[in-house]
Amino acid sequence: MQADELAVGFANALRGAGIDVAVGSSVNYCQALGAVGLGQRSSVYWAGRTTMVTDPEDIGLYDKIFDAYYGGQQLVATPVVEVVQPIILATDDDGDDEAGDGGGDDDPGGPSFTLRWSRHEVLRDKDFADCDDDELDEAHRLMAAMARVGGTRRSRRRRRTRRTVGHPELRQTVRAAIRSGGEPVRRWYTEPGQRLRRVVLLLDVSGSMESYARALIRFVHAAVVGRRRVEVFTIGTRLTRITRELSSRDPDRALSEAADAVSDWSGGTRLGDALAEFNDRWGIRGMARGATVVVLSDGWDRGSPEVMAEQMARLHRVTHRLVWVNPLKATPGYQPLAQGMAAALPHVDDFIEGHSLRSLERLAAVLESNQSMGRG
Amino acid sequence: MGSEPASAAEVADGLASCDYLADEGLATAVFLAMTLNRPLLLEGEPGVGKTETANALASWTGGELIRLQCYEGIDVAQAVYEWDYSRQLLHLRTAEATGTAARQNAEALEDELYSERFLIRRPLLRAIDAAEGPPPVLLIDEVDRADDEFEAFLLEILSDYAVTVPEVGRFAAATPPRVIITSNRTRDVHDALKRRCLYHWVEHPGFEREVAIIGRRAPGVGEALARQVAAAAAAFRELGLYKPPGVAESIDWSLALGRLGAAELTPEITQASLGSVLKYREDQQRVVDQGIGGLINQAIARAG
Repeated sequence: MQADELAVGFANALRGAGIDVAVGSSVNYCQALGAVGLGQRSSVYWAGRTTMVTDPEDIGLYDKIFDAYYGGQQLVATPVVEVVQPIILATDDDGDDEAGDGGGDDDPGGPSFTLRWSRHEVLRDKDFADCDDDELDEAHRLMAAMARVGGTRRSRRRRRTRRTVGHPELRQTVRAAIRSGGEPVRRWYTEPGQRLRRVVLLLDVSGSMESYARALIRFVHAAVVGRRRVEVFTIGTRLTRITRELSSRDPDRALSEAADAVSDWSGGTRLGDALAEFNDRWGIRGMARGATVVVLSDGWDRGSPEVMAEQMARLHRVTHRLVWVNPLKATPGYQPLAQGMAAALPHVDDFIEGHSLRSLERLAAVLESNQSMGRG
Repeated sequence: MGSEPASAAEVADGLASCDYLADEGLATAVFLAMTLNRPLLLEGEPGVGKTETANALASWTGGELIRLQCYEGIDVAQAVYEWDYSRQLLHLRTAEATGTAARQNAEALEDELYSERFLIRRPLLRAIDAAEGPPPVLLIDEVDRADDEFEAFLLEILSDYAVTVPEVGRFAAATPPRVIITSNRTRDVHDALKRRCLYHWVEHPGFEREVAIIGRRAPGVGEALARQVAAAAAAFRELGLYKPPGVAESIDWSLALGRLGAAELTPEITQASLGSVLKYREDQQRVVDQGIGGLINQAIARAG
């Protein structure tokens, strides 16, 4: 077989397994094979890894495909690794959408409009766990409208201003001075610009949170699509980053992709350990620094409360604000008795409910404002 | 180095001659980046020697090392070029005072102000507009700290190695610089930029390689101590610390131990020098809780 056929075949095998290989990258691979030669197995390995793998998380998969492809038996063009799908949250959503759309078409226009408005009002305070499918669908639409917000902070980038105080903008001043024969009559100034603050959402997908997690993930999806500086992780038995999966604009596709990525949907929780993983791999290194971090969880943790307290303290030290959203808080007479919750609470800036649309509105307001609303 | 390297092994030898011991993967990546004229994007844990790669490459190839440290809010004025406004203003005032401004027309005055004389070259322009000789090594450090806007701009420059300064003209690189980009992965670098680059994930070195690296970088330290330090560092990495020590820390630690006059690791000297290898109070506490004596004995046994 020719080297280029070999290379293209290998690139296809990688794509089949789900590694995102651009056409340009496979061309690079051909050139790279030309440069290192086919004599040594390890050179062929590194040539491919350098040119086609761009994400350390794909390295394991690459190794597998490499062994299969160059290990003697030829791969069939179709994928080797078929990921088994766990329960998909999109299935019931699909049903909702059809039911919702069908119903809307049959209704006469005018009256249903007012009817809907009143429904919104009721829906606002209704617990997600008590909502039926239609109501959830309605709620999702409202969420999409509210999630496009977020706080700003001072940017390091300066911009030209009309005001005549602050840092001089010399470029424009020189330009203007030429026109007035060398005399800088009109002076220009700059001021710091505004920049969206990063929001990091950590979504608990354990069994106890299931009914809320399904609703909240819609809110999260709307947030990811609505603004650019949002990162989303799920926490359960382990930590999974789903920002990429959620970035598709089609909510159903995004949700099913996210569900695929989350392997422990409705499993148990080890909140403290998952937070530790987040802190070590992402948060402390920079993602959580100066960001607003939102934890959506009921605080039921099977791990030790010391770990939880320690990790929350670490996280709190680097974040701008740490918000905890707990759907159980709405229960009358709620006390943060769950061990994990009690351990975490001292390190939380804002503690709010998350059981209904109204409480999510409050979350949106918290994200937007620059002042803490407290734990009340 | 004379011409282009012929193989990855030659790259590894070349870097080794500058005291940088690259494994096969990194050597291949650098070799390919040099032969295919592509930027090389290096990601990995802090302290595994990403930035050092560029230093070694520069001293091996003899090219000038041009470093651009990225930070939030970095823009064209700091990365590519800027006009020297204060000198321009001064020049204008002089022209006005001596009456030259009145005699010259505004256009001629403007041409004078926007000539290369008043142009401040920042790293990217310097790398593109380099003098004859070996191509410079352009190190774009911690690109993940810059914002997306800057990344898009970088992409443009890296695709044709040319910069246009509207008032002066176009600068294009005669020989493209060798570009090393590093990232700590605090956020994902954009796919488009990754596609332009070759990619390598830098791992912690294996035990023997780390011993060899310490031997090169901390020359005063004996072989026995180097082996023990490498073994202890490997043991620390398995403890699940906040910041597991990288090679950079192993080297620092060895240097510190050498300065303290240690011939081998003992619990006392480890305790005294712990601050040069573990930089979090919690991490130090964890090591102390585990029992320094036991850890050191294990490390000594492993070092053989």
